Amino acid sequence: MADGTFQFELVSPARLLFSRAVEMAVIPAAEGEMGVLPGHAPMIVALRGGVIRVRENGQETERLFVAGGFAEVTPTRCTVLADEATPVTTLSRAAAEERLREAEAALAELPLDVQPERREAAMERLLSARAMVESAEAA
Amino acid sequence: MPSLKDLRSRINSVKSTRKITQAMKMVAAAKLRRAQAQAESARPYAERMERMLASLGAAVANSPTAPRMLVGTGQDKVHLLVVVTADRGLAGPFNANVSRFARARIRALEAEGKQVKLLTIGRKGAAYLKREFASRFIGEITMLGKKTVAFSDAEEIAGRITAMLEEGGFDVCSLIYNRFRSVISQVPTEQRLIPAAKEEEGARPAAQVPDGAGPQALFEYEPAEEEILNRLLPRNLAIQVYRALLESAAGFYGSQMTAMDNATRNAGEMINRLTLNYNRTRQANITKELIEIISGAEAV
Repeated sequence: MADGTFQFELVSPARLLFSRAVEMAVIPAAEGEMGVLPGHAPMIVALRGGVIRVRENGQETERLFVAGGFAEVTPTRCTVLADEATPVTTLSRAAAEERLREAEAALAELPLDVQPERREAAMERLLSARAMVESAEAA
Repeated sequence: MPSLKDLRSRINSVKSTRKITQAMKMVAAAKLRRAQAQAESARPYAERMERMLASLGAAVANSPTAPRMLVGTGQDKVHLLVVVTADRGLAGPFNANVSRFARARIRALEAEGKQVKLLTIGRKGAAYLKREFASRFIGEITMLGKKTVAFSDAEEIAGRITAMLEEGGFDVCSLIYNRFRSVISQVPTEQRLIPAAKEEEGARPAAQVPDGAGPQALFEYEPAEEEILNRLLPRNLAIQVYRALLESAAGFYGSQMTAMDNATRNAGEMINRLTLNYNRTRQANITKELIEIISGAEAV
């Protein structure tokens, strides 16, 4: 990719949401936000719920919420496989809060002796829902 | 010889049948377009998922702690077949084809001494297979009342399969569904879900020699490979199911469209035949009456 851009793709199971050459993308990796620039070392990372920010032409042009997923980064390309993705501007706060309540209830219902993986998964959903509410509020 | 009145009502009934099949064809065509678009828009995700999984799988498949979903239980005794059919009929041989294919598979597996378990998606396949294999059923899912296939449906099904795997309910899991090749051609297909390891790698990945550094080795993982894999695999399962559901839905509408097109044409032919018959009978009646009148007049 010439002049400091790379191909950024965001796909959800239902469709391809975004595929353009961008200057920078900030993705919510499981272990902290991660900025991706052209020429990034190849990586595969897990994502948590959060907002992807995309920079084009020196400006932040796009903010997209993802509910978790994976990203594959190569020097010329970044592909995000989101469990679910929506542009932040179309997020509905009511729906986000509804989901948060559901996630909280699901976590509270889990018996104490459940396998740790399931507890973790429920916890992750809760955090993802919380991130959704926060980004809906910020929009 | 049927009376004129009988023929007339027969023609009318076939005409209204033709109207219905024509409308159904139109509806199926519209739905097909939507289902096809949905299947196509789901493709990028599945493709990229496959690419990622290939690089990850190769990195982990040889370690002894590799997740079960990737390498299976190491046995090959209990087979779970997930059969995807439609909930509705009137689609030509669509449902019968998958069901027959599934039946042949079950027979073959049992002849090898394997135990078979069945999970059906869609009412039609369940009805067909229940007649013969009711004891193998462990569940049936219907999608009745749902307009389009949602990813959450696929996730639910995948969740059930995963839960069963964790309980040790089966060793091998395959999906049987109609692959959408074109509007007029749907091919019953069997696809292996678990173990997810590529088939060309052989049935026992554990016995494999590590290939060493492929292009995969260049990737860095965050968190560790296995942890990502543990999250990626259930996801992949859901995607495979999702894809099968979409293909099956598109195939169903394609098949229904073709079937209804044929039905419309056949009804048209039948109407022509009946009309000819009707006119001939009418003519014969008139001739008969004329003969009666003339011979009556001559007798006087």
